[in-house]
Amino acid sequence: MKVSLFVTCLNEIFYQDVAKDVVEVLERLGCEIDLPRGQTCCGQPAYNSGYRKDAITAAKQMITSFEDSEYIIAPSGSCTAMFKEYPGLFNEHKGWQERAQAVAEKTYEFTQFIVDVLGVEDVGAVYPAQATYHTSCHMLRLLKETEAPFKLLENVKGLELLPLENSYDCCGFGGTFAVKMVPISEQMVDEKVRNIEQSSADVLIAADSGCLMNIKGRMDRKGIPIDVKHIAQILNTLA
Amino acid sequence: MPMKIGEKPFFGRVDDALQDHFMRNAMASAQDRFRNKKLDATERDEQVGDWEEWRSAGEEIRRHTLENLDFYLDQLSENFSKRGGHVFFAKTVEEANRYIQKVAKEKDAKYVTKSKSMVTEEIGLNEALEEVGCHVYETDLAEYILQIDNKDRPSHIVVPSLHKNKEQIRDTFQAKAGYTGTEEPHELTAFARSQLREVFLKADIGITGCNFAIAESGTISLATNEGNANMVTTYPDTQITVMGMERLVPTWEELDVLINLLSRSAVGQKITTYVTNLTPGVEEDCVDAPKEFHLVILDAGRSNALGTEFQSALHCIRCAACVNVCPVYRHIGGHAYGSIYQGPIGAVLSPILGGYEEYGELPFASSLCAACTEACPVKIPIHELLIKHREKYVNHQENVKTSEKLAMKAFGVGTSTPFLFQIAVKGAPMFMKPLIKDGSISNGPGPMKPWTAIREFPAPGKDNFRSWFKEHQKGRQ
Ligand code: SF4
Repeated sequence: MKVSLFVTCLNEIFYQDVAKDVVEVLERLGCEIDLPRGQTCCGQPAYNSGYRKDAITAAKQMITSFEDSEYIIAPSGSCTAMFKEYPGLFNEHKGWQERAQAVAEKTYEFTQFIVDVLGVEDVGAVYPAQATYHTSCHMLRLLKETEAPFKLLENVKGLELLPLENSYDCCGFGGTFAVKMVPISEQMVDEKVRNIEQSSADVLIAADSGCLMNIKGRMDRKGIPIDVKHIAQILNTLA
Repeated sequence: MPMKIGEKPFFGRVDDALQDHFMRNAMASAQDRFRNKKLDATERDEQVGDWEEWRSAGEEIRRHTLENLDFYLDQLSENFSKRGGHVFFAKTVEEANRYIQKVAKEKDAKYVTKSKSMVTEEIGLNEALEEVGCHVYETDLAEYILQIDNKDRPSHIVVPSLHKNKEQIRDTFQAKAGYTGTEEPHELTAFARSQLREVFLKADIGITGCNFAIAESGTISLATNEGNANMVTTYPDTQITVMGMERLVPTWEELDVLINLLSRSAVGQKITTYVTNLTPGVEEDCVDAPKEFHLVILDAGRSNALGTEFQSALHCIRCAACVNVCPVYRHIGGHAYGSIYQGPIGAVLSPILGGYEEYGELPFASSLCAACTEACPVKIPIHELLIKHREKYVNHQENVKTSEKLAMKAFGVGTSTPFLFQIAVKGAPMFMKPLIKDGSISNGPGPMKPWTAIREFPAPGKDNFRSWFKEHQKGRQ
């Protein structure tokens, strides 16, 4: 199956290992991957901050880069959700709106794609650890994806998933929120970190690098030695 | 401005709130409680069936009503007047207060009782009535507590005194009302009840808000739990109801749906203890109904939203489900919003009613986690409305720093020009290198500063993913 990978800007700049793991997992599952060259960022930072015009500029770039793809896969619930927002950006421009719609429809978050499209729930990963999972808000509420990551993690050998108190509460990232509303964001991430600590997990897993960057950044600052992994890194650990 | 709470700027209010540990614990445990009660009475209640269908029905009713607002307001007003009620349309807060003052003066009213109403908080009615010599008594327990505590302000639209615990309430009762008992809730309630009994009996005017007005019959519907609204509306000879102009339903059938949505979402009840429906016009010898019934229908900025992208904000039925799941409200509580309308819907409504100058920061005080949108029983896309506010806000040159605008411009150019984006990606490790210590950045300059104020900023990865991918693909061929 031919799939196009949208790496996402955070993974491209900071977390190349995550991107590599995504490639390797998908290849193992029989996908033929291409990396459209024109890809940059989904535009969410501008969109969520009220800079619609600049978001449209980014959206056009993504649409043009990905419209020939069969499937578009992003290892981020949040960026995937942004792709799904694209049609709404072009209410005054029917031509672009149709193109945006076509792109939105074939875009999947990484775990969603594996479970719902490839129909795979066990990728053969082995990861002996006690872990807890952070459900990112955009995956949960915008994509309404509540199952795929759990199905995949449940089948990882040796991995024990511990419940996370108030897992539905936001970690306080929220893109520019994290830098615009520092005192509030701080309290939110602190509560999240407290709950993660209380879960007694050794490793925190999530499917969004934004949340992980925030939570890890805070745990590192506080000297809390809990490991942080993107779900692709877990799924690409074989033994 | 009566809608406004506190004088400090936004971040000052947030700081105050964050230091109030009691309040924050109270908010967090109240949220956890409310959230579960709501789920038990909605998604998890078998009697409900498909809760999503109920939400869609609610959304449809509210949309239809707002799209035909003129028609239903006419109908309501006609039916209310036909039965002998008096209707007054108030364009502004001042007009509403002047009208009510006039009625109070005509009746030579000394004592006024009130049941819980956010809209009378919005217009600052108590002060307006005091100006014309009335003694105003809040009779909803939570509002009563706030009133005797030096007119403290509401921190939650359904439970206005959520920020107070029973010990604080005991102290207030002792200091202000001669209470001598303990902090036992039953004892406190019994005391308030006995105080209020006397007041009910001597009231000249009873004032209520309005959960829904039913257009087809000219009826006001109130959903309450304490029964005080019934006392407020049966003893005095004159009743005044103040309603926001959007708070109506076409017929009793829609009322049924919305009362369900409201009770279940607000307090996790199948139905509130009382649903009181009041229509003007009584039989000659009726002794337990007011002789005169005034309905004040308030605009006060609501029509700013009509016909705009914000119209759905007027669909709100004030259940506070969005407030109860908001992670921002959880930590800063109600007063930090600086408005009597708090939480996510407060951040949407307050700027519509009171303008950006006063409430411009509120739409930014959200991580856009969409918990509000998910919780709303009438499916208002609250987090999307917050983004729309942000768009309008940043479009006014004077509102934002030039540096932010430039950064966003650069973002637009960078993301639409792949080779520039690649320069940024490739250059990041080099640019950031001097800042990195032990694998991360602890004290970043410029735009990184607020991030590193509380967290580590990651060092950019050393490899270039696209080069790796190229090699990797070659290897596979
Ligand atoms: S916006 Fe929705 S959830 Fe919030 S108070 Fe209004 S009706 Fe309730």
